[in-house]
Amino acid sequence: MKKLHSRQQSRNIGITVTYIILILSAVICIVPFIWMILTSFKTNAEALRFPPTIFPKKIVLSNYVKGWAQADFSLFTKNTTILALICTTGTVISSALVGYGFAQYNVRGSKFLYIVLLATMMLPAQVTLVPQYLLYSKFKMLDSYWPIIIPALLGGGAYNIFLYQQFFKSMPKELCEAAKIDGANSFQVFSLILFPTVKPVALCVGVMALVYNWNDFYTPLIYLNSTQKYTISIGLQFLNSTQGTAKIGMMMAVAVVTMLPVLIIFFAAQKYFVEGIKITGMKA
Amino acid sequence: MKNKKNKLNKKWSDIKNFYIYISPWLIYLIVLIVYPMIKSFILCFTDSDFGGKGNFIGLANFVKAFQEDPLFFKVFRNTLWYVVLFVPASLVLSFFIGWLLSRKIHGRGFFRTVFYLPYITAGVAVTMLWGWIFNGDYGLINYILSLLGIPGPHWLTDKRIAMVSIVIMCLWSIGNSILIMLSGIQDIPASYYENARLDGASTFRQIFSITIPLCTPSIFFNLIIGVIGAFQIFNQPYILTKGGPVDSTRTVSMYLFSNAFEYGKMGYASTIAWCLFVIIMLVTILIQSSSKKWVFYDN
Repeated sequence: MKKLHSRQQSRNIGITVTYIILILSAVICIVPFIWMILTSFKTNAEALRFPPTIFPKKIVLSNYVKGWAQADFSLFTKNTTILALICTTGTVISSALVGYGFAQYNVRGSKFLYIVLLATMMLPAQVTLVPQYLLYSKFKMLDSYWPIIIPALLGGGAYNIFLYQQFFKSMPKELCEAAKIDGANSFQVFSLILFPTVKPVALCVGVMALVYNWNDFYTPLIYLNSTQKYTISIGLQFLNSTQGTAKIGMMMAVAVVTMLPVLIIFFAAQKYFVEGIKITGMKA
Repeated sequence: MKNKKNKLNKKWSDIKNFYIYISPWLIYLIVLIVYPMIKSFILCFTDSDFGGKGNFIGLANFVKAFQEDPLFFKVFRNTLWYVVLFVPASLVLSFFIGWLLSRKIHGRGFFRTVFYLPYITAGVAVTMLWGWIFNGDYGLINYILSLLGIPGPHWLTDKRIAMVSIVIMCLWSIGNSILIMLSGIQDIPASYYENARLDGASTFRQIFSITIPLCTPSIFFNLIIGVIGAFQIFNQPYILTKGGPVDSTRTVSMYLFSNAFEYGKMGYASTIAWCLFVIIMLVTILIQSSSKKWVFYDN
């Protein structure tokens, strides 16, 4: 009886410690964001003070107005939005097609190509980077959006294909067979019967692609040169590298605004972000 | 006879359909992976410039890399330093947090969301924000340290700790690894723990005898993905320190980027790329082949 009691007690302590560590970690995750928001409402003189004030003494909104006007952020936002939407649509559809092909057909070479697909996930992008650049240069596509859009249209990344493949493979074959008996061809089966049922995967791939493209820095950095084609990431980095902390309030204000779309997507479609982890189940 | 013909027809139509469906990726594979890999290998032996035109110069790029260019070794050492610091720390941390989340607690969904937030927002804005937090004179971290009476260092401008600062920032956004670990831990049947408890095994013992062994597929996955990603680190040092101070945070990817797109040395950049590729491949193969000994697959 006594032993049971002490066990219960140690269990309670364990749970309490668990909560303490989790809450502390959560605070560490959240505080930088809060600090960013607080800084964005401070005057520069107040932001650059040590020890700092936690809450702004006087809330100023001018950082948002002036920060936004430092560069053509409205244009950058427009560019990024259009680009992200095109790439996301391309990725959702093209990776579905390829994933379906790999899941549905077991023909000569299909297994081998699937292994190649998985292997490309481990290929560092640096090895193909220079020749890809030269290739785009040859086709006069430098300083255009094509180097960003083309990969999205051509399968949209091995991981997304893999997600679809896993999903399509788990679907009952009878569903397709029945439709085929009714005279539907392969493409009709895919577009009318299978694609509508993959909504969870499509949304998972979609939201991840949207956020990925919104945040992407490396590809635009390499391929975009003219200011009017900049995406938000490039515009932000351009300002960041030229100003340092001189206008920190404004920089934080712009950072807050450009992060908002990602946060909105995340909170609206939260469960789809983790769907991928569930689908793969890490058994592969 | 007719049946056989039908079968043959089906086989051909299957092959045709398969290649139609995967054609987008097949084009990608050939034009943007296989061809560039061959081309990049050839470029290693040339002095190609921006246009990609150049002369065959034999092993000169490799001689330069291994004997004449001190920065070459430095960037590889820096990158390796980052990998060695980041990967083990991220594995331990993500497993630990994942395990805590798997316990019988309230608000699991809330914590999951919060831990995932830094991962999903990772971009220029967040990296800039960390530059501000790390600021040696006005930064939040040094303010908190000063409250504890500790004088904080200049996180990003002190060459001894700049890379550590970058690692700290990257450890902040490991939400995805945490969720992968959590999902691996949650897949472990509860009956295993019940039996262990009946045998009187302590929580500590349960972690080492049940949770860790059965979670090794997730650990393995995170390890592979982590190592490959860490060797390619670019964005954070590029935005936070631009490789400074004194090249202490200049990574292989950054050096490659400068050579290719700032100096136009496509040949030398390809040499760097292949050296990185070979190292990543060797490490990956090493991990893969060791996995038979320690990764537990439950089928």
